Amino acid sequence: MMKWLKGNWFYLLVLIVALLAPLIITNRYYSQVITMSLLFAIAALSLNLILGYTGQLTLAHGGFFALGAYSVAIMTYTLGWNFWLALPLGASFAAFIGFLVGMPTLRARGSYFAIATLCLGEIIYLIAGNWIEVTGGHNGIVGIPPPSPIPIPGLGTLSFESQASQYYMVLFFLLLTLFVMYRIRESMRGRTFMAVLCNEDLAESVGINTFRTKLLSFVVANFFAGLAGGIYASLLGSISPSVATVGLTFNFLMYVLLGGVGTLAGPIIGAFFLPILLEYMQFLQDYQMILFGVLLIIVIIYFSTGFMGLYKKITEKIKKSKVGAQSAAKR
Amino acid sequence: MELFLQQVFNGVMLGSTYAIVALGLTLVFGILHVPNFAHGHMYMLGAYVCFFLITIFGFAYWPAVALAAILLAVAGVVLEVLVFKPLRNDPGFNPLIAALGALIILENAVVVLWGPEGHRIPNPYPGIIDVFGITMSVQRLLVIGMAAVMIILLQLFIKKTTLGSTIEAVAQNKEGATLVGINVNFVSAMTFAISTALAAVAACLVAPIFMISPSMGALVGMKAFVIVILGGLGSIPGAIAGGMILGLIEALGGGYFSAAYKDVFGFGALVLILAIRPTGLFGKEIKGR
Repeated sequence: MMKWLKGNWFYLLVLIVALLAPLIITNRYYSQVITMSLLFAIAALSLNLILGYTGQLTLAHGGFFALGAYSVAIMTYTLGWNFWLALPLGASFAAFIGFLVGMPTLRARGSYFAIATLCLGEIIYLIAGNWIEVTGGHNGIVGIPPPSPIPIPGLGTLSFESQASQYYMVLFFLLLTLFVMYRIRESMRGRTFMAVLCNEDLAESVGINTFRTKLLSFVVANFFAGLAGGIYASLLGSISPSVATVGLTFNFLMYVLLGGVGTLAGPIIGAFFLPILLEYMQFLQDYQMILFGVLLIIVIIYFSTGFMGLYKKITEKIKKSKVGAQSAAKR
Repeated sequence: MELFLQQVFNGVMLGSTYAIVALGLTLVFGILHVPNFAHGHMYMLGAYVCFFLITIFGFAYWPAVALAAILLAVAGVVLEVLVFKPLRNDPGFNPLIAALGALIILENAVVVLWGPEGHRIPNPYPGIIDVFGITMSVQRLLVIGMAAVMIILLQLFIKKTTLGSTIEAVAQNKEGATLVGINVNFVSAMTFAISTALAAVAACLVAPIFMISPSMGALVGMKAFVIVILGGLGSIPGAIAGGMILGLIEALGGGYFSAAYKDVFGFGALVLILAIRPTGLFGKEIKGR
C-alpha cells in the first residue's frame, strides 16, 4: 500500500484536487470553463486511442462528437426519452456509424485515411446543416433538457441542475474513460494497437489482423467521442451544426498533440490547459487564433512529443545526472 | 436535354478550376509528399490579393491576376521554408498538423485584416453567349480556356525544360537527384511557388463568378485533396480527370437531386472510391505515410 502510494501520490493528489475543485471555484464562469475542459478531455482521450496508440489520424472526430450530441438531443428533446437511456444509445450510434464507415475507409492508409475522414466529417456537417426536419438545420436544436435526475432508493434523488453536480457528472465520465483507456493500454488487445502504430506491415506479418485492430480502435474511440458529444448537448441545452465543423476536430487534435500524443495524461493536460491558455490570450482578441496557429507550428517543429514528451525528457535528464553523481561518488 | 447540357457546362467550368487547384496540390502532395492542408487557404489568399489589387490599387483584371500569382508564389516559398522545410524528414503526421497551423493563421489573418464578410470582384467580362439554348457567360468560358492554357503550360514546363524535369527527378528519387547535383531545397521551394501560383490563378478566375470570403478556402482545399486522391498522387492527367469528374458530379448531383447536398455527393464519391481502391483511382504504390 505504502509502495503504491509512493509511486502514485501525484495522481492521488490530482484526484483530490479535482474532487474538491467545486468547493474552491465558486465563480460560475470559471466552473463552466472547467466542466467543459473535462468534457473535451474525454473526446481528446478517445482521439488519442486511435491517433496515439493505433497511429491512424482521423479528422472526423468532431463529426462523431456531433453525432453523439445530435442523437442525444433528438432522443431527449424531440422524442422526450430519458437522458440515461439516450446517452448510451447516442454513444453507441456514433460507434455504429464509426463501424460502418471504418469498414471501407480503414482500408486506406496514412494521409489517405486522414483525408477520407476529413470528407466524412464534412458530410456529417452538411447533413446537420441541411436535414432541417430532424436536425433543425442551421438553427440547430434549442431547449435540450439537462440530464434527468436519478432516483436513489432511500436517499432521494440525484439531480443535475446545479453546476457542481454537472461537474461531478463529467468528472465521473472522464474517470470512466480514463479507466477504460488504461485497461486497453495494459491489455493484450492494446498491445496489438501499438503494434499497428509502430509498423503495420510487421504487425500483419506476426499474425495480427491489422484491419480488425484498427476498426476496433476506431469504433471504441468514436463511442467515447459520441459520449462526450451527448453530455455536451445535454449540459449546454442547445446545439447547432457548428459542433460538427472541422474546427472542433482541430481543437481535439491540438489538445492531444500539445499535451503529448500516445500518453494517457497528455490529452487531459492539453484539454485542460489549452482553453485556460486561450482564456488568458483573450486580450489579444482577433490575433488570438493567429498566435495559436504559430504556437502549433512551433510545437510541431520543436516539441513534437508535446508537454508529456518534454516532461519525460527533463525527468530522464535529472535521473541520469543523479545516477552519474552516484557512480562518481562510488568511484 | 438542355438542362443536362447546361449542367454539364457548369460542371466543366467547376471542374476546370478544381483541376488547376488540384494540379498545384498534386505537385506538393504527390511529388514532395507534403500534405499541404493550407493549399485551399492559399487559393483564398490569392482571391483576396486579386480583389485588393483591383479595387484599391486600381489594377486592370489581367495584370492583377498576374501579380497575384507572383505574390502567391512568394507566399508559397515562405510557407515551404518556414513551415515544411524543418519537417521534411519527419515521419508521420507532423507536416500535416503543421499545415493545419498554417491554415489557422491564414484564415484568421484574413479575417483580422479584411473582415469576415464576403466581397465580389467586378466582373471583367459580363457578356453572355447563347449556344443551342445553353447560356454561357464569357467569364465562365474564360475559366475553361485559361485552365486549358495553364495545364498545357505546366505540362510543357515539366516535360520540356531542364528546370521542370528536376521536379520529376526529385519525385522519383531524392537521393539520386541530389547525387547528380540537383538542389533539393531549391526544387522544393520552386514546386511550392508553382503550386500556390496555380491556386491563385484559379481563385482569380472564379472570383468574379462567386463571392470571396475568408472561409472559401477550406472547402476548396478539401476538394483538391479529394481530386488528388481520385486521380492518383502526383499524376497530372489524374488531377485533371479527377477535377472534371468532381465538377460534373457536383453540377449534375446539384442540378438533378439537391443543391444543398451537392458537396455530399463529391465527398461521398471519394469515400466510396477509397473503399474500392485504397490508393485512389489511378494510384499504384502504397505508401505508409
